[in-house]
Order: sequence, then C-alpha cells, then structure tokens
Amino acid sequence: MKVAVITFPGSNCDYDLYKAAQQVGGDATFVWHRERGLAGYDAVLLPGGFSYGDYLRAGAIARMSPIMEDVTSFANSGGPVLGICNGFQILCEAGLLPGALMRNSSLKFQGKDVFIRVERNDMLFTSDYTEGQVLRIPIAHGEGNYEADTATLEALEAEGRVVFRYVDASGESTEDANPNGSWHNIAGITNAKGNVLGMMPHPERAMESILGSTDGVALFTSMAGSLSLST
Amino acid sequence: MSQYRLEIRVKPRPGLLDPQGKAIHHSLNSLGWDGVGDVRVGKVMYIDIEADSETSAGEAAEAMCRKLLANPVTEDFEISMIEALEGAGS
Amino acid sequence: MTPANSAATERSVQPRDGDPEITAEVVAGHGLSEEEYEKVLNIMGRTPTFTELGVFSAMWSEHCGYKNSRPLLSLLPTKAPWVIQGPGENAGVIDVGDGYALAFKIESHNHPSAVEPYQGAATGVGGILRDIFTMGARPVAVLDSLRFGDLDSGRVRYLFSGVVSGVGDYGNCVGVPNIGGEVVFDRGYEGNPIVNAMCLGLMKREDLITASASGTGASLMTVGARTGRDGIHGATFASEELSEDSDESSRPRVQVGDPFTEKLLLEASLELIGSGAITGIQDMGAAGITSSASEMAGRGGSGVEMEMADVPVREEGMTPYEILLSESQERMLVVAEPGREEEVRQILEKWELEARVIGRVTDDGMFRVLEHGKVVANIPALPLTGGCPTYEREGIESAEIQALRNMDLTEHLTPEGDLTESFQRLLGSPNVASKRWVYHQYDTTVRTATAVRPGGDSGVIRIRGTQRAVAATTDCNGRFVYLEPKTGAMAAVAEAARNLVCVGALPTAITNNLNFGNPLKAHIYYQLRESVLGIAAACDAFETPVTGGNVSLFNETDGRAIYPTPVIGMVGVIEDVSKITAQAFQRIGDDVVLLGTNTGEIGGSEYLYVTASLVAGQPPSIDLEGERALQQAVLSMNQSSLIRSAHDCSEGGLACALAECAIGDGEAPFGLSARLDDDLRPVVSLFGEAQGRIIISCDPASTSDVLKIAESHGVPALRIGAVTEATDGFSLTVRDGSLSASVAELARAYFDALPNIMDASPATGG
Repeated sequence: MKVAVITFPGSNCDYDLYKAAQQVGGDATFVWHRERGLAGYDAVLLPGGFSYGDYLRAGAIARMSPIMEDVTSFANSGGPVLGICNGFQILCEAGLLPGALMRNSSLKFQGKDVFIRVERNDMLFTSDYTEGQVLRIPIAHGEGNYEADTATLEALEAEGRVVFRYVDASGESTEDANPNGSWHNIAGITNAKGNVLGMMPHPERAMESILGSTDGVALFTSMAGSLSLST
Repeated sequence: MSQYRLEIRVKPRPGLLDPQGKAIHHSLNSLGWDGVGDVRVGKVMYIDIEADSETSAGEAAEAMCRKLLANPVTEDFEISMIEALEGAGS
Repeated sequence: MTPANSAATERSVQPRDGDPEITAEVVAGHGLSEEEYEKVLNIMGRTPTFTELGVFSAMWSEHCGYKNSRPLLSLLPTKAPWVIQGPGENAGVIDVGDGYALAFKIESHNHPSAVEPYQGAATGVGGILRDIFTMGARPVAVLDSLRFGDLDSGRVRYLFSGVVSGVGDYGNCVGVPNIGGEVVFDRGYEGNPIVNAMCLGLMKREDLITASASGTGASLMTVGARTGRDGIHGATFASEELSEDSDESSRPRVQVGDPFTEKLLLEASLELIGSGAITGIQDMGAAGITSSASEMAGRGGSGVEMEMADVPVREEGMTPYEILLSESQERMLVVAEPGREEEVRQILEKWELEARVIGRVTDDGMFRVLEHGKVVANIPALPLTGGCPTYEREGIESAEIQALRNMDLTEHLTPEGDLTESFQRLLGSPNVASKRWVYHQYDTTVRTATAVRPGGDSGVIRIRGTQRAVAATTDCNGRFVYLEPKTGAMAAVAEAARNLVCVGALPTAITNNLNFGNPLKAHIYYQLRESVLGIAAACDAFETPVTGGNVSLFNETDGRAIYPTPVIGMVGVIEDVSKITAQAFQRIGDDVVLLGTNTGEIGGSEYLYVTASLVAGQPPSIDLEGERALQQAVLSMNQSSLIRSAHDCSEGGLACALAECAIGDGEAPFGLSARLDDDLRPVVSLFGEAQGRIIISCDPASTSDVLKIAESHGVPALRIGAVTEATDGFSLTVRDGSLSASVAELARAYFDALPNIMDASPATGG
C-alpha cells in the first residue's frame, strides 16, 4: 500500500499518521501541500493538527492549498481518502464530505480517551473491525461538534454513512458519552461512495499498548488489506 | 423604556500582532490578491438592550464592553446604534 | 560629553534626532541605580545615547542580568558525567543513553500572565519551546507548574481559566503533548499568579548546537516573525513589582502568541540546524534582538554589527530603540556560514517564513548598531553581558514568619466532627482534587510517545526506536518553603525525586524556577539564599545536578510577596518502558505497603489550610540520606518487577494518597482495607505530610521480597493492608480513629471538585 500523508503548514499529526501507516506495512510518503500530483498512491491521508493555526475557520485556508485539487480528483475517481481531526475539517471545507465541525459545545478543547462504536464494517476502512465493536481512541480537538442541515443529517443516517459514533464503555450512545455536542453522537462519516472517511478521534494514536490502546490498528490493517487485494 | 439594537465591533488594538489576520493575509496573497495590504480580524456582536434612552443604551453597551465583551488589554471596541426596536418596554 | 575612549570605534556615535536627552530621571526610568549608571559611564567612557541606555537597562535587568541571584546560583552543583550542557545556554542537555540527548528547561511568565492570563501563558509556552529547539532538539513534552489565589475569587477563576486556555491552545496547536505539572491554590498567590512552563526536547547527541556567534564575517540573520512594538521593555517589566495600576500602564507591553508561526519556525529551525548552514541560533526572548545578539557575541568572544533598517518590521517608523528592545514573539537570530545565506532563506521560504541578513559577526568585541549606516549604539559586548553588577545582600528571617512556624498547633489537632468528613473535604480541596479539568484541555497524546499522561506522579515520554523513556515532574510546596526555606526547598527536590522513582525513572538532573518576592527586602533575600542552599544540598545528595533554569523576582502585589516558590523541574531516565510502574492499584488482593515513616509532623499541611485556614507550624523535616535510600529501594523493586503500583505521599497526607491509589482514573476503581498502629493522633497520622513516604502495592507472594529490599536499603517498610473490590469500600483505621467511605463517594469528591467550582461560577476580569 503506497500512502501519501499530506502535510499542511501547521499539521502536527502527520508524523504519527506516517508511523501508523508504516506499522501495518504501508509505504508512506510525506507530501507537502504545495506539491502537485498524487498519481501512483493507493491512499491519501489528511492528518490532524492546526493547519494555518485554525485561523478563520478550521480547515478553511488549508483547503485552498494546491494539493487539494489533486486530493479532490483522487477522491472523485474513487481513491480512498482518510481525514482525521483537522483532516476531517479540511475534507468538510473542501466539500468532499458534507457538513461542518463547529466549536465543542463545552467551548473547551477536549483531550482524552473516548469510546466509539463501529457502525459498519462493510467498507475498506473498517473491514477488520466487527460491527458494533467499541473502540477506545484518544480525541484532541476544540472544534469537533458535527453539524449539517436537517436533510443532510437525515440522509447520513438513512444511507448508513455514520461510520463511528461516540458511546460509553458499554457501547450505548448517550449524551454523557458525547464529548463535543455532535449531532447523533457522530464521530466519523463517509461520503456516498464510501471512499472518503472523516473522523475526529485519532486511531493513529491507538496503535500500541504502551501508549494506552491498540484499537486503532484495525483501521490501518483494514485499509492495507483491502488495498493490497485490489492491486 | 424602549428596546435598542446595537452593533458592537471588537477588534485587535493597533500595533498588536493579529496572528489570524496575518495568516489570512498570507493566504489571500497566495491566492493571487496581491493588492491586499493588511488584514485584521475582529468580532461583531448584535445586542438588543432595553433602556430609557439611546444614550443610556449606549452607556450600558460600553459598560458591557469594558467588563466582558472586549479584553481591554488586547482589544478595542466601537459601538453603533442600529435601530430603536418596537416597544418591548412599558 | 566626554570624548570616546580607546574602546570606541572609528565611527563616532551621535545621539539620534528626536531621542530624549539623558537625564537622571530618564536613567531612573530605565530601572538603573546610580551605582549601575556610574558603571555604565565607566564602560562607555562617555554619556550613553538613549538607544544605548535602553540596551543597558534591558541587559542589566534582573531578568537578563541575574544581578540579585547570580552569586547565589553559583552555589548550585552543575556537573555530572551525564551532563552535556550545563547552565548558560538556551537549555541544559543531558545524555539519556542509546545516543540520545535530552534538552530541558523551565521558565516563568508570571508578570505577563497577571496582566493578560491567556496571552501571558501562551507566550510563556512559546518561549520555552524555542529555548529547546534552538539547541537542536525536537520538543517532545511540556509541563506546566501553576499557582493562583483561592478559587472563591472571580478574578482568580478568570486568571486560572485564562492561563489554562493559553497553555493549552499554544501547546496543542504546535503539537507538543502536555505530560504533567502541578496546580496549586493558596491565598499566598492572590494577585500574583505563578506560571512556569517546562519543556523537554530529544535529539541525537551529535545534533546539539549552541547559541554563540563566532567566525568573523559570518552573517547575522533574523528568521521568523516580523518585529513590532510588542512588549518593549518586557525584560525590565518582568523585574518590577506589580501595583494596582499595572493593568493600565502595562497594556502596550502585552505580546501576542502565534503558535502557528511557532510550529513553522520549529520545523524550519530543525531543518536549518540539520543543513549545517548555520553555526549558532538563539531565540529572541526577553529584550529581543539586544539580548540575543549581545549574548551570542559574548559567548563567542566576538563582536556584532547590525543595521536596524534591515530588520523586517511590522509597523512603520520604528526607532532603533524600539527594534532592539521589542519582544515580538516567534523570532530567532541565527549566524549563517558565510556564503550560505541564500540556503537559509530558501529553507525559511519553504516554511513560508522570512529570513533576512541584518548584520555580521566582527572581531572587535563591540555590540554595534547602525541606522541607515549611522552608528546609534556602540557598546563593548562583554561588559554588557557579563559586567552587570551583582549584589549579595543581607538576609534576615522575618519575625512574623518565625512566629508562624513556632505556633502551637495543638488546638487544631482534634478534628471538629467526623474524621471521614474531614477526609472528604480534603480530597475535594482544589489542591488535592483531580486536575482533570485542566489537563483535559491539553493534548496529551500527540506525537504518539506519551507512556504516562498527566494525573500521575510523573509524565513519561518513550524514545521511539529504543526501549528507553524519559520522565519528568515539577514540584514545590510553597508553604513549606515559606515556613522554613531551606527545609522546604530540600523537600521540593526530594518530592520530585520520589515522583520519578514512583514511575520507575532514575532521577538524573533538574532545572529550577526561582519565584520570589522583592530581593531588596532582607527577609526575601533570606528566603532566596536559604532556598538555593537547600536545593544545592538536596541535588548534591541525590546526584541530580542543576543544568539551568530561570529566576523570577519581584513577585509582589502592593508590597505583599508570594510564598517563596523554587519550582523544581526534574527529569529521569527509564531504561525499559515495559517496566513503568502505575500510580493506581492494579489487582484485588494485592498487599499495600507503606515505605518510610509516619511522623507527628503536620505543619504547613493542606489539612491546616482547609480546616483552620492556617499556614503555620514547623514544615516536615527532611532526611536526605533517607530519601536517597528510599529512591534506590523503590527503583530496585521496580527493576525486579516486584511492585504493581507506587505513589508518593504529599498534600493531604497518607489518607489522600491511599485514596488516589484506590480511585485511579475513575474507570476501574478499587477498595482498600488498611490499618496503622502508630502512636500518633489520628489527624496527624492520616493527614500529616511527613516526607520520605511512598505507598506501593504488590502481589502478596512478593511482599517478603519487597520488605527485604526495603530493609537492605535501611528503609522502614510496613504492610498496612490490602486492595479490595471497589464495592467493599475504602477503610483506613488508625489507633484512635478510622475513616470509611464508599469509593464512589470519594471519586465524586475527587473528580467533581474543580468542575463544580469552574463550570458553575462566573470568572470575571473585573
């Protein structure tokens, strides 16, 4: 699996994502936001961080970067694109995913472990999970409160495009388990084709037991497995 | 008593670094708007105040700015009256 | 005006048009004493220009010149075989094995945070990060050591929440995990909060670079952000007492942090250092270009010449005085190898930043400043950086504090009412209670290296590609130092070392932040001197040399000084990350063993503060040899994989420490059944803050080995009970009393205390 990790000015999880991709045998390359062309890559990863300081709106300036034209055509031609945290925000600003990530309802940055439930495992990002599996994954964001217009939200649920949802340890999606006020406890969504995934929690930080959790590994093995089969 | 709608503009004090404005400026330049000189980012708030006169509404807004709405160390504020609203008051 | 003496150059210095004339008033306004100004005249051989006066004023402030503390600081031990870089550089550096070096340092931003808590704290974090990456190390962790007044004041809550947001937003944005620190609330810090930030950076040993300017003809370049009128004379300001009108008069001095630019500057700097295109790099911190250029010249034994018209500025019409003294953030001064300036510019350009040549290194030993080719300042560099007069003063202990220390506490040692009630109050006191409200606003896991997150005795960062890790903690009990400075300072070092061994790290070195009041007062100078002596004694005993730090004096509001607070930032090395010991109990049925001795000491305790609003009594005594033996015993138990948890006893005493072991992070709590038979009053036994105690838990099959190791180190050890199921409750019995409570209740008291205060009551700036 040949993976491009896009680095925007202010990205700070690019290194973690690069290491996570390597850990599952991926051949990862950093691609600076001013570079052009993504030919030859099997997947594109948009890392977390604070691209352009989150100034104006999180992701708003980064999505103007030259490489984003290539990310958009890569996604439109069915290539897998994963955006985590700030990467998710950029995907929303770029229109590759619907909706927007608003300020956390607590108005505070939230940095802690949360539980999320895998809502579907019939896609290339989640095939190594079981449906309904509860994962322990860190979050670290100030703007993760997922919001969209009613029609979009209804469509997301109706079409099963909510991939991850915040839950408590027992797997119930409760208000207390929602760290940021997201509608319907949404933690991650996909586009209609299922090849673009955006999520606020950081699976790349849940790759080793010494760091607290290994529940993120299966996301990367899922991708590696699906992509090596297809090539 | 009548109701007044005021616009309060809070902006970075002159001379103070505005990192957000700087980043937006940079981005506008790289998108081809070379003529952009300076960008500074502030906030606009619309507040409805019940008061017995336009003057006292303005005074109340000013007190709010000093106490809460603006950070006196880093921000300046301007207040302008938008309109006198229909009589919520008695 | 006297003619220029032999030290002056071929080009004469002319006062600039429009600069104020140098009068006694102007000199005094720059914070220079008559005696100091005499020395300036001697060095210069003539009246300085306004620009030159500004330069002297900044360099000879306490902040840059350490004039009140330097003689004392020379008493600290600074050497050990593993010390690569001791005091005097941007940061200290130690060898941590496997080819890696650790750069680390602590720094204060107390005064700026009192004026504008958010920006003050944010720029404090920014400054300490730059001190680390200018050594060639990548910042891998931040710790914050914070102190405020009591939380019943709206202003204090405003300062507290502003500082926490500022620390968080800056570190979160740059992407450096926060791994710990401390937060203390006490009326002794009302009006003058303490904001100290510590940073750790890792590098390969060979990547070390220093901040010196050498190589005549080499170019001086500014890199990073532009220079504006921010924080002009911040260095002098940091050395002044705050007064009631500080809010007004200090306004234009506030600096705004830009963590986004910092992140770019970090990456660009590490790339620059890796390229070999530069030979020296220094942050423009306090006193901006002035201190960075003159200190680099001083260290390199060279001179510098700079053209102010070439400095990229943010505002029109800035004078050389303003440019030299501006404290605009996120800027660096680098010395480029001759001929490689373009390479430097290109690296900075890749990171969307600016680099510009503003001058060169000379061989005449002068700090020379030009404005459009005209010399506006020309000062011998060495006397400027090293010639600041230093003062050793008389120190006399305050009779008032002596009386507090000798106060008879007997009447406070009988609890009013129920022991369990006092216990729960103590556990919910903001000083003991969980600081989750704080560190949940911080990114603690970015960079995927955090092996122990905040909330435990120490934070731990593993070194990728090795089995090793580094641990760090910050500690100081200001009440102890207030009541008896030397003992209190030793206790701060000892507590830090205990916190490190609890996770399994060998204490290796310290950085210190000396936060004190006005040293011109005899009783404050006494506190400063005694504290330094205490730190020196403890560091000698533990073989933990001091590799640098920061001094923050004049922490007073309207004449009232803070508690003397020498914060110790200690780092340690873990050879095998798989052996990290947890703080919380791990398994039902495990034995609980108390290492060390319960004593009758209750002076300066949280119990007295909470129940009687008292800061009085003799603080707990310190036995440095006993502490060292305890450290070695715990490390030996860790190495032999005999213990499942270890936790230091500090604020709130044995009872609160045991409760923390039982509650853990609240997810999987345990119960406790324990009993002590010592001959002490219940209050003292349960809540006294005797030093030298660590609680460990272990498999009952290992207990005899644990006790044997303790004995072989001469450490008292006693099995006091066992870990039980959470539903069995928490029960602790002493000879004449007992505590018993449901674990859920304790957890509520512990976790809900800060959120209940902070999320319920308004925090106002007024």
